[in-house]
Amino acid sequence: MADDLINLMADLKEQEALTIVKRRLDVGEDPLLILDDSRKAMEIVGKRFAANEYFIPELVYSGEIAKEIAELVRPKLIKGQDIKRLGKVIIGTVSGDIHDIGKNIVSFMLDIAGFEVYDIGIDQPPQSFIDKIQQTGAGVVGLSGLLTLAFDSMKVTVEAIKDAGLRDNVKIMIGGGQMNDEIRKYTGADAYGEDAMAGVTLAKKWIGIK
Amino acid sequence: MMETNTDKTKEKLDLWCSAPDVTFDTPQAEQDYRKRSRRISDAIQLKIPDRVPITPLVTFFPANYAGVTAQDVMYDHDIAYEAFKKVALDFQWDTAMNHLNTLSGPMLEELDYKQLKWPGHGVPSNRSYQFVEEEYMKANEYDIFLNDPSDFMIRTYLPRICGTLAPFQLMPPLTMVFPYYVGVMMMMAGMVLSGSASALESIIKAQEKFINLAVSTSIFNGEMQALGFPIMMGGTTQAPFDTLGDSLRGTQGIMLDMYRQPDNLLKALDKLLPTAIQMGIASSATSLSPVVFIPLHKGPMGFMSLEQFKKFYWPTLHKLMLALIEQGLVPMPCFEADYTDRLDIIKDIPAGKAIYWFEKTDIFKAKEVLGDRVCIRGNVPSSIMCTGTPEQVRQYCKKLIDVVGKNGGLIVDGDVGIPDEAKVENVRAMTDFVKEYGVYR
Repeated sequence: MADDLINLMADLKEQEALTIVKRRLDVGEDPLLILDDSRKAMEIVGKRFAANEYFIPELVYSGEIAKEIAELVRPKLIKGQDIKRLGKVIIGTVSGDIHDIGKNIVSFMLDIAGFEVYDIGIDQPPQSFIDKIQQTGAGVVGLSGLLTLAFDSMKVTVEAIKDAGLRDNVKIMIGGGQMNDEIRKYTGADAYGEDAMAGVTLAKKWIGIK
Repeated sequence: MMETNTDKTKEKLDLWCSAPDVTFDTPQAEQDYRKRSRRISDAIQLKIPDRVPITPLVTFFPANYAGVTAQDVMYDHDIAYEAFKKVALDFQWDTAMNHLNTLSGPMLEELDYKQLKWPGHGVPSNRSYQFVEEEYMKANEYDIFLNDPSDFMIRTYLPRICGTLAPFQLMPPLTMVFPYYVGVMMMMAGMVLSGSASALESIIKAQEKFINLAVSTSIFNGEMQALGFPIMMGGTTQAPFDTLGDSLRGTQGIMLDMYRQPDNLLKALDKLLPTAIQMGIASSATSLSPVVFIPLHKGPMGFMSLEQFKKFYWPTLHKLMLALIEQGLVPMPCFEADYTDRLDIIKDIPAGKAIYWFEKTDIFKAKEVLGDRVCIRGNVPSSIMCTGTPEQVRQYCKKLIDVVGKNGGLIVDGDVGIPDEAKVENVRAMTDFVKEYGVYR
């Protein structure tokens, strides 16, 4: 039964997957096992994305299925139950930019991979990032931006983190439509992620180093 | 390449070049106009021009260049006019671009427009406007959309995107006009009860604001033409998938639709095709230039698989472009992001009738695959224009001209135009280099 759910989800069979989840909950199965299968399915989705078999629509669709499963599971969770968290990541769209779809996908993929994600939203000034770092002690910061106006906002944000004495506490990654390695250098960030999975790979690598 | 008896594309381009109703300020201006328009027309038709044309699209770069803010140009059309004129005269490109794309802040405010945040209204005063994505059409609304798109637009869509038009959603459908004389009274009653008067008033006021912008850009076009600058931007239209994906269902909405309701999606795309064609034709009607701009958003690598591209994105876009070409119009799709793995599919277009504008596509590969079919436009990277050096700009332009400009078929521009934050020295370097190195000997 477990394999059924993992494969059905990874193959994006929405109705069949939800039917299995309902059945498993009805027979009183531990909801954490279902969430764990959901996570394993998303790992397969992530691998297929990295292999250029799946693209953004498949990430979005599998994300929706995972959310629906989480909704079904939530009422059955015992208070305080949750999956074990790997580490903390802060993510936000930088000042002046209101785009969020890519950021939301990366947030979701990080969450499903087991990170504790602090998504601070869009159009965030440097101080918001600094406050969140100080508040959470997160070791990874993701800066998102779609437009060319984000280049300078990211540069200013990285500098502000440095001025606040926090630069050595965090690894910073940038991502978004206009970003590339040149812009990474320009902003002073540690890495540039070309797509959603790159963000997860970078976070895993860096948290490992911690 | 055979020329048929009625090559409508050639006819329309020749008309643009001859500009019969334009009175030029000086003989030099007339010469400049003829040279520039002929240069661009030759490039489009895959003939070798005298030099590679450079025809940059600008949006808020002129504001930065003239030392004013984006908010200034959106709210004061005279300030916008002067900024765009300064850019046109200082850089002397092969075309001039007017300030229509900086929109009218007052008009947007008048309608309480929801689909944008703009300077002074959700984004800082010196930043560009930005699109606010939402599901302006919900997943369960395909049926009513397909049944009567106009009714959907008036009573559901417009109220969602313009705050002042909210009363329209309370109106009964306009088809209630039918029953005899009673129908007209019922319509009036419906409109009174829905409070539509205020909505209609706001449309009247918005019209007045828009007219200010329209008149300003019209005068600008006239002045630029008289000074010897062809106006290249003619009409605009959209790929049906982008109409649905950008303006109606939103990015995530339409991606889910591909999986959850593909049949409805395909029906809606077919429903939108005649409108897309009509938009392209109607919007070109008052312009001399036959070029129809089609910004493309949702079809690149990563945003959908090759199979999804063939099934959902390409068929109606393809038919749209063919229909425009049949009228002698020149479709200019701007393929935003990367289409490198779908070049073989989009190559299916009659030769010498279209401009394919590429952003992140491997433009050198594009030349190999479809250089014999379309004129290629692009693609100096925004990252270089904003954070690079003049030397990097020149190096990139050199490769563009050497490879993509071989035997003609190249129009130089930034990857999606000149970015708002481009360094002035880089824009100058790009301009001067193309004019000097781009000459065909």
